[in-house]
Amino acid sequence: MLDQTPVNTLPHTPGVGYKPQHYSAIMADPGPVRWLEVHAENYMGDGGRPIAQLRHLAERFPVSVHGVGLSIGGEGRLDPDHLARLRHICDWLQPASFSEHLAWSSHDNAFLNDLLPLPYTDATLTRVCEHIDALQEAIARPMLLENPSSYLAYAESTWEETDFLAEIARRTGCGLLLDVNNVFISATNLGFSPQGYIDAFPLDRVGEIHLAGHDTDADDHGRPLLIDSHGREVDEPVWALLDHTLARSGPRPSLVEWDNDVPDWPTLAAEASRAAAALSKVPA
Amino acid sequence: MSRQGTFRSAILDPAQPVPPALLDGQGGPAGRRFSVYRNNVTASLIEALEQTFPVIRKLIGPQAFASVAGAYLRAHPPDSPVLSRYGAGFPDYLGQCEPLAHLGYLPDTARLERALVDSYHAADAAPVDPSIFAQTPPEDLPRLRLRLAPATRLLRSPWPIHGIWRFNTEEGAPQPPHQAQDVLVTRPDFDPLPRPLPTGGAEFLTAIATGLALGEAMDRAAETAPAFDLSPLLGLLLQDNAITDATLDEAP
Amino acid sequence: MSNTIKTMAIATAVTAAMASHATTATAQEKVKCYGVSLAGQNDCKAGAGTTCAGTSKVDYQGNAWTLVDKGTCTTMELPEMADGTERMGSLEELDRDLPQS
Repeated sequence: MLDQTPVNTLPHTPGVGYKPQHYSAIMADPGPVRWLEVHAENYMGDGGRPIAQLRHLAERFPVSVHGVGLSIGGEGRLDPDHLARLRHICDWLQPASFSEHLAWSSHDNAFLNDLLPLPYTDATLTRVCEHIDALQEAIARPMLLENPSSYLAYAESTWEETDFLAEIARRTGCGLLLDVNNVFISATNLGFSPQGYIDAFPLDRVGEIHLAGHDTDADDHGRPLLIDSHGREVDEPVWALLDHTLARSGPRPSLVEWDNDVPDWPTLAAEASRAAAALSKVPA
Repeated sequence: MSRQGTFRSAILDPAQPVPPALLDGQGGPAGRRFSVYRNNVTASLIEALEQTFPVIRKLIGPQAFASVAGAYLRAHPPDSPVLSRYGAGFPDYLGQCEPLAHLGYLPDTARLERALVDSYHAADAAPVDPSIFAQTPPEDLPRLRLRLAPATRLLRSPWPIHGIWRFNTEEGAPQPPHQAQDVLVTRPDFDPLPRPLPTGGAEFLTAIATGLALGEAMDRAAETAPAFDLSPLLGLLLQDNAITDATLDEAP
Repeated sequence: MSNTIKTMAIATAVTAAMASHATTATAQEKVKCYGVSLAGQNDCKAGAGTTCAGTSKVDYQGNAWTLVDKGTCTTMELPEMADGTERMGSLEELDRDLPQS
């Protein structure tokens, strides 16, 4: 059964991934930016400036907490210490949204600091759903699960990614975070239609959209291999894919991520303005 | 080995082949595509170590740092997703690294950098009301026990680690002095502040941190430095909000 | 140190420390800065942070590594120290002797 409980309370407006170097600029003039997203793992110290700053920001803006390290797709059990840290930040911050990734990053006590791919099999589905149940119970709220950017595929996969995500949402009641840059990257790298992916995506479960820049490399055969670098402006085809998505989904909280070679605030705010323009074209 | 076990091993050991049954989405093998993950993991963890140990990087240069950091992360990948804690074992690793053995000060300098990041993320604590000192009768002061703020760190070294740190972080800083340095790290508000300690200071602070009262701590300092002057150190601790509590023992 | 002398020393130190603390406290009445470290201050960083992004190019170099002499260790003037460790010297091009886990 589709659970129609709202998966978050973010406004259907542009947000940006928060970087500490933008603190003063955001406080002085956030421009088109109406909400902020932070990576949970950067706010897991005991105190000091990061946490003071986040408390301060949360007084002004809705904040989305985006986990990048839980390893929801991990073969082993979820790290209970990390679950407790996630519960703690959700308890004190009461974020407007919590999201994590369809990926794994830890195995055998090693955290590899990358969002690693999963085979889409029944066994993976069962495990991911168990982990999402455990996480949603720990943080006492529904989460959003983000589609990955893919560089390769597993021979043993039996599910389409869109169906796989829809089934996870159906079984766990979680919402979905649709990263349209990831869709474009995966589609290019693995040779499928990005529009077709969006059309097959369970858009009614989408509580947030991500946008970011990517870089271009090449595979062994010289074919383009796009890399999810978050280090530049959002590419034109990705903006077009956003329009394609919003036309079908209606307005959604839309976030610009820029994590490497972080630009000055006006450059990032200009990207958010572009997201605002895309959102304004869509009837509510 | 499990699928993720094989994947993990191949990421961390470039001598291993690409794991089997990974495809390019168009019927061919994944090949070089797997290197994206090797590259992401290696580059991001080297960068994590660079951010925590910028002075070590400056001392040995970016290429040498990337080499030793790459070797470290393969031998000791993080055990937690909280990367600000990564690299607790890096100072020791530098000390065991034969090609760097002639730079004997690297491990202690790295310990100072690690301590600065730990201090940055340590718990907040309200400073003690300084009037407690004025209100305590002078004859009772030796029985006063001080509690230090969670962000306080003490490092002892036979090397001039404060001078080395300063030389590599401050434009136009002097050459490091030719002497051993003990370093106190405090965090007056949000920025950790390392300072060299006078002789006896480390003995005094170690005694305070282990719960000894002022008088006993003075004795410890005097064993090393008979002329130890508490005044500047106490002034500094107050100024840096490094004392969070002061309690008086019951009279003997 | 006799107890009387020690008590006097502590009392004097406390008085002096309090006096200097009162001066600096008034002089530095300051607004709490939640922002980033001011440039020129100690510029202490938070240490490593996370990213959910990849590295832009696949320039992975495997295990090959070099220790080319490019750092400030050669510009520091540190004499021999008591423990006898040699302080200066060039880093050499090396691909061996790495500690294993």
